[in-house]
Amino acid sequence: MLKVNDINVYYGNIHALKGVSLDINQGEIVTLIGANGAGKSTLLKTLSGLLKPKTGEIVFEGEHVAGKVPQLIVKRGISQVPEGRRVFANMSVEENLELGAFLRKDKKGIQEDFEKIYQLFPRLLERKKQLSGTLSGGEQQMLAMGRALMARPRLLLLDEPSMGLAPLLVKTIFQIIEEINKTGTTILLVEQNANMALSIADRAYVIETGKIVASGLAEELSASDQIRKAYLGGH
Amino acid sequence: MKKLNNAKGFWGSVVLAVVFAVVVQFLINGGTLNPFYVNALFSIGINIILAASLHLIIGITGQFSIGHSGFLAVGAYVSAIITMKLGLPFPVAILAAGAAAAVAGLVIGVPTLRLRGDYLAIATLGFAEIMRIVFLNIDYVGGASGMTVSHLITWPWLIACVAITIIIIVNFTNSTHGRACISIRENEIAADAMGINTTYYKVMAFVIGAFFAGVAGALHAHNFYIIQPTNFGFLKSFDILIFVVLGGLGSMSGAVLAAILLTIISTFLANYPEVRMVIYSLVLIAMMLFRPQGLMGTKEITSFFKLGKSAQGGSQDANKNTVA
Repeated sequence: MLKVNDINVYYGNIHALKGVSLDINQGEIVTLIGANGAGKSTLLKTLSGLLKPKTGEIVFEGEHVAGKVPQLIVKRGISQVPEGRRVFANMSVEENLELGAFLRKDKKGIQEDFEKIYQLFPRLLERKKQLSGTLSGGEQQMLAMGRALMARPRLLLLDEPSMGLAPLLVKTIFQIIEEINKTGTTILLVEQNANMALSIADRAYVIETGKIVASGLAEELSASDQIRKAYLGGH
Repeated sequence: MKKLNNAKGFWGSVVLAVVFAVVVQFLINGGTLNPFYVNALFSIGINIILAASLHLIIGITGQFSIGHSGFLAVGAYVSAIITMKLGLPFPVAILAAGAAAAVAGLVIGVPTLRLRGDYLAIATLGFAEIMRIVFLNIDYVGGASGMTVSHLITWPWLIACVAITIIIIVNFTNSTHGRACISIRENEIAADAMGINTTYYKVMAFVIGAFFAGVAGALHAHNFYIIQPTNFGFLKSFDILIFVVLGGLGSMSGAVLAAILLTIISTFLANYPEVRMVIYSLVLIAMMLFRPQGLMGTKEITSFFKLGKSAQGGSQDANKNTVA
């Protein structure tokens, strides 16, 4: 579905991604784990068009999308839940979701998706008219995910959905991610909480200072000694 | 239901505005309002247009532009050339002034709106200064001594321009485009990630804002008998900025209210030139200390009239939810 081939991304002189390649197949949950500053978010931003790679290619469903503007990438079916949620604080929950469907014209489909999202996140239905800035962190994360889903993506990019959330909420969020995946949306999940991420993912990539250093089935990686020591707290 | 209420509110305000306009016209004709007050009224109207147009750029789209006097200058000079040099009628001058300022907005907006925050502020400030210097050095428009302009402004033209400005900007704000602009103000990265073409919408808001600043420029030129480059210095830009900030960033009614209040204050302080700036500054400092969110915050004046069940019920529900 998505094929990333040897991309290099720079922030000015800083070489942030050094020849990263990865594959995502239809229907999978793939997770990208790594420490702070490893280049996880950079990779997601490059995929969603917020950053442009200097070299390398990104092919989504047979189409080259590297360096294309975000509008086009969202239209093609990739949508991103940005790190730190970034909800539109002075807008209501409903208005936030509406903006998620900004590029869509099919009113009927949008209405259906509203219902689907309220079913997936009943909390959001309860707080439909509330300003999203007054929501709790967990609710804002749900809203950010719902907003991204309103674009009806085939590939959903999640940037650290567990950030700053209580363990119980993290569990709920991850359950919802699995549910979203079951409805047919492919997921690329970027996480620092490697344990949680590996527990729901099919496959995983490990990124370190801008390079992919390990990849494989999620179960195998979580069993590997090296990974356990480096990312899972070796005990 | 919601739409119906809006429509009702809209026609209600139009009727109110017409009644107000007619009453004031009678007062002017009857001589109850002496020229001093009429002049103050015209200044208020022009400042309302300026405040509303900058509100769209700063309050709605969140682009910190402090070069609004540049567009005002373009509008003023273009309209003056059209009526004084070409001898065309005043309405043509108003439209041409708006169009010229909009073109200037487009030319300056496309490169600078890629900048953010401080950089955009400096770039727009630079634009306004450049416009001032340009007019200072063109002999055709009188250079430093300025250009004399006939007093063509009349109350009906003024009130019509004010009303049209407010209607268009409010409608724009409530449209899908307006939503996109607000989302840019709220969080540009998220707006980008939603597939909103942020540059396009920033330029759009900037051009519409510039258009109305140009209209205000035409009215300004035909109100003050003379226009000089010094009228359009950066202090003028700050005056307009203050309307928007003082009214409450994001509130149209706030910007309009602040424009009215501050124009009245500065008109009456004109009698005490020595202390004028001191008092004006004190008002601003007091305001920022005691009400930093501005006169209206982000609220609109209409929200005070919706004291019925819907508004109150909504807030009660919200409270309940946070407790639960």
